[in-house]
Amino acid sequence: MNLVAALVAADLLEPFRYGFVRNGMVVAVLAGGLCGLLGVYVTLRSMSYIGHGLSHAIFGGAALGAVAGVSYFVAAGAWGLVSALAIGRVTRRRAIGADAAIGVVTTASFALGIALKNRLPQSGKSTEALLFGSILGVSPADVLIVAGTCALVGATVFLRYRALLFTTFDPEVAHASGISTGRADTLLMVLLAAAILACMNVLGVTLIAATLVIPAVVARLLTSSFSTMLWLSTLIGAAAGGIGMYASYFADVSSGATIVLVGTAAFLVTYAATAQRERRQPRAAPLPQPPGLTLSKP
Amino acid sequence: MTGTGVEGGGALVRLERATFAYGRSPVVVDVDLTLQPGQLVGVVGPSGSGKTTLLKGILGTVRPVAGSATRGTGVRIGYVPQVDSVSWSFPVTVEQVVLMARQGRRLPWASAGERRDVAALLERLGMVGLGRRHIRDLSGGQQQRVFLARALLDSPPLLLLDEPTSGVDIRTRHEILHLLAEVHGDGTTVLLTTHDLNGMAAHLPDLICLNRTILARGRPHDVLVPPVLERTFGAPLEVLDHMGLPLVVDRSTRGALGWGRDRGSA
Repeated sequence: MNLVAALVAADLLEPFRYGFVRNGMVVAVLAGGLCGLLGVYVTLRSMSYIGHGLSHAIFGGAALGAVAGVSYFVAAGAWGLVSALAIGRVTRRRAIGADAAIGVVTTASFALGIALKNRLPQSGKSTEALLFGSILGVSPADVLIVAGTCALVGATVFLRYRALLFTTFDPEVAHASGISTGRADTLLMVLLAAAILACMNVLGVTLIAATLVIPAVVARLLTSSFSTMLWLSTLIGAAAGGIGMYASYFADVSSGATIVLVGTAAFLVTYAATAQRERRQPRAAPLPQPPGLTLSKP
Repeated sequence: MTGTGVEGGGALVRLERATFAYGRSPVVVDVDLTLQPGQLVGVVGPSGSGKTTLLKGILGTVRPVAGSATRGTGVRIGYVPQVDSVSWSFPVTVEQVVLMARQGRRLPWASAGERRDVAALLERLGMVGLGRRHIRDLSGGQQQRVFLARALLDSPPLLLLDEPTSGVDIRTRHEILHLLAEVHGDGTTVLLTTHDLNGMAAHLPDLICLNRTILARGRPHDVLVPPVLERTFGAPLEVLDHMGLPLVVDRSTRGALGWGRDRGSA
């Protein structure tokens, strides 16, 4: 109680007096956790650039929706879904190089969004909020949408755990074991598009890729177990979201920036600590062969 | 053994005049191959001869563009890819890799019974107590055995291995050969590819020589002969007899560095 009283006296609880901040805080924690969870797959599949590109593509859809007078979620959602499927297809074909194709598709979409927003600056959500994230853009409806997306993504990852892990680690053998790798890839792209769409208001187009990557990278430094990495990355993402949103109120800067900066600080601390630990304990040499290999039947 | 065999003939897999291609480029052409229960077969051929594609054709991950590839009803296939086909820094433990092959249960965590099966399998493969190890912290032979354990978890009647002794030392090769003999002895049909004629192929009871199509099939003494090897590898090869086993020697490089010729002429 004394601590709470001290915090109140120092006005540290001031942000929570405002409903929009409370909404923003809830969404930031949920969005951070959501991006942390999906970020594990994004980083392990070397899809960081895809996440970055997809957020830019969705921005174009949002701008188009604003011009056409269509709801942000409908327009950006449809655009994002098509972009996600197109990117997924492009990455499976090697003819022109996935990175080049994604670069063309997503930057073109982003440029379209900028052009439309310049022409109609007053329409729809503010460009700055979409680009860099803003606490002001979070409504109670946004809270429900992000919470719903979290539930959907969490349930899908839970139920499709083996298929997503297997196709991420060894797609060839996963396919041979009867898992549809194409379906798993598409599912992941759709989940990623949904997460980016839901989180864009808070995190912003330009910074969302970092919130996908940083928690997973920090978690990877801390564990060599996939299941541990999943929950650790989710936890780190949620913590960075909450702390970053809280800091953004006092620092008076965009929430996306503070969330990413908190995540980056966590990365630097973890990197330094694990590097020091590795220096003290050099990596174990490969284990010796077991004496007398068991050749008898079990 | 499960499976009723291909069209009642008892075969696990049958390829009939099968051609496999990537795009418009055929890689394996006009192949007839039947795998019967209890066989232990090696496929030899040079790089690019279609060995991996043939395995994928048997697996069903590459479909024939001509002819047919048929698997017996209910026949499950365990597959061991080349060790360098995955990133060994991926954050998974030995147990997590093996559990990827579990069937049925949808929950992310394994049941106590599944964990017991994995522990028993790892013990059988000489990897007691390594279940919680990260896969990067294993030797090459142990990594190969992790893949083997994953392929065997579902007790498949047919096991396919792609270059199981590639990049391993002589002792590990010897151990893998013995392990496969044991797996085969337990009733599993085994087919593997190898480019190691002397260390691996010569020890197998049934060999296939492949270079885009099957050039010969039979026992090592019948198949590892200069005319067949020359057609398969496109290089002049000699075959010597070493303690009852065929020993293949590259005639073109023999003495190429000088010392062999000098000693021979001394």
